[in-house]
Amino acid sequence: MFIDFFLILKNNKIPVSIGEYLTLLEALDKDIIDYSVEDFYFLSRSILVKSEEHLDAYDQLFGAYFKGVETISTEDVMNIPEEWLRKNGERFMSPEDMEKIKAMGGLDKLLERVKELLKEQKERHQGGSKWIGTGGTSPFGAYGYNPEGIRIGQDESRHRRAVKVWDKRTFKNLRDDVELETRNMKMALKRLRILSREGVSEEIDLDKTISKTSKNAGMLEIEMVPQKKNTVKVLLLLDIGGSMDDHIELCSQLFSAAKYEFKHLEFFYFHNCLYEFLWKENIRRWDDRVNTLDMFNTFNSDYKVIIVGDASMSPYEIMFKQGAVEHYNEEPGKVWLERLKKNFKDVVWLNPVPEKEWNYVQSIDMIKNIMDNKMFPLTIKGIEEAILALKNTKLDYT
Amino acid sequence: MQFTGTENYIASKDLSIAVNAAIQLEKPLLIKGEPGTGKTLLAFEIAKALNKQLYTWHIKSTTTAQQGLYEYDAVSRLRDSQLGDEKINDIANYIVKGKLWEAFEADEQVVLLIDEIDKADIEFPNDLLLELDKMEFYCYETKETIKAKNRPIIIITSNNEKELPDAFLRRCFFHYISFPERETLKEIVNVHYDNLEDELMQRAMDIFYKLRDKRGLKKKPSTSELIDWIKLLLVGKITTQELDEVKNMGTTPPYLGALLKNEQDKEVVVKGY
Repeated sequence: MFIDFFLILKNNKIPVSIGEYLTLLEALDKDIIDYSVEDFYFLSRSILVKSEEHLDAYDQLFGAYFKGVETISTEDVMNIPEEWLRKNGERFMSPEDMEKIKAMGGLDKLLERVKELLKEQKERHQGGSKWIGTGGTSPFGAYGYNPEGIRIGQDESRHRRAVKVWDKRTFKNLRDDVELETRNMKMALKRLRILSREGVSEEIDLDKTISKTSKNAGMLEIEMVPQKKNTVKVLLLLDIGGSMDDHIELCSQLFSAAKYEFKHLEFFYFHNCLYEFLWKENIRRWDDRVNTLDMFNTFNSDYKVIIVGDASMSPYEIMFKQGAVEHYNEEPGKVWLERLKKNFKDVVWLNPVPEKEWNYVQSIDMIKNIMDNKMFPLTIKGIEEAILALKNTKLDYT
Repeated sequence: MQFTGTENYIASKDLSIAVNAAIQLEKPLLIKGEPGTGKTLLAFEIAKALNKQLYTWHIKSTTTAQQGLYEYDAVSRLRDSQLGDEKINDIANYIVKGKLWEAFEADEQVVLLIDEIDKADIEFPNDLLLELDKMEFYCYETKETIKAKNRPIIIITSNNEKELPDAFLRRCFFHYISFPERETLKEIVNVHYDNLEDELMQRAMDIFYKLRDKRGLKKKPSTSELIDWIKLLLVGKITTQELDEVKNMGTTPPYLGALLKNEQDKEVVVKGY
């Protein structure tokens, strides 16, 4: 009965599943709510939407779909011709459709337009280029906004209220600060672990307890050990500014995931290529620097080094002294990268630039060579591969 | 059996519907929202309104799913075996029941609060999938299946410190407690202080909302802060004239510490007022 509405939600990236749809039907079956659209809105929202960032999109779709429905009398419903209610089959949005929507100014715009058209349209329509219907060239038919559902909307004058709950769009704000999707990254980073026992003894050490007890002629002697914890040490070096601005979101996702996952995490920033100094706070990059050599001495070779950067720069910045874009460097970037490699056993480079574009940038290839091919794209799969490279020093990528 | 709020708790219509739907369809209800909008309180009030017993399980960073089911105290059993205690013959004597077990075992339907589920390890919610779905689990030590006699009403709160896995979300109803509108907020304050002067309340609300709209605040004051603050205003015998001064002259509100919990936030207000 609400299949079309369900499909609209699904097509618009609200993660809904069949299970939830069935739950909704069950809820309606049990008469939890009165027969009012507002109650239905509240009920369906709590069943179908699982995260506050989807609430706003849900409000908009609900508004578009149920526009006018709340004032339909039973008589009207009886009079709806059967052909109107005939289902139109499933329509899913293809990537091309998404592009078209974008071209029309995004979902909001599109829905506005649907609303407008709906106001004008009064009867079933097939073919043609403007009205919403089936078989036409109007863009709307193809997007899965099933006209059978929307079109039972009545005249504007019959609306009882000016603003409906869902039209208020109370949750608009929640969209702006959508939590970064870091769960997948955390799961990928989780694989990088070195378990060791540290801290308070909480677990019973069975082997030791047994051997001590038997030595004690059967008198129980309990041995405890600390729990295993991840003690891997990670050094994160992040390229910042310039061409990296395009990838800032991806990098901050990685950063927040890493910060959560690793207890021993150190991080520094650099620009384009590694040189004789790094910094910890980007605002104070000019007056609060850390000498790279000091950094080498501070952190021992146990640290796993992850460099994040697009490696896109002029080849001079890597190969020549005084090649850096921001300052006068005595030694070329290549020398510093070699030193880094020498100082730390495990170094990988994560590159936010999509892998298929790597071939078009000369400097990416150069850095990849310097890094013994241990450069991976900054994707979930790339992170997994990078973690593998960090864990198994013996793996050869050259 | 319908939940519509209690005399101490104003539940908006959408919240009531979400709660009632979760109760009727026997699904856990996941509650999110700004801190201080009464997420945890909800479970207490549901228990009170429906006259049911409440079990609370507060989650910490070290909590594991197993602790909610049961724990087997092997060390005590070993120790008792040394002393020749009869107890050791029955392993059930050493099973320490967790909150879920207790709730499942109850003779009547109970309310179970799983508070701040986002504090636990990232895998924690996944470990509870079957338990929440089927409302049963298997105890390996005693080889018995613990099945809920009456499916408890489960309320889960989250502060969004971690994302919850999709599989877990699928099994829950979800409600986001948004910050109440002025009218609702008035009702909420009235529930707590029934003899509050209208004038004072009006001004306190004005100042409160102005504060909430202030840009650059790290933690906006919410309902619970407002209620505490009004209490302080009453105890300190602050007059409406004094509040007028705050409003019109732009001086710092009295007892600002009750509203803002952050040093930098206070500075924003004190300097920017």
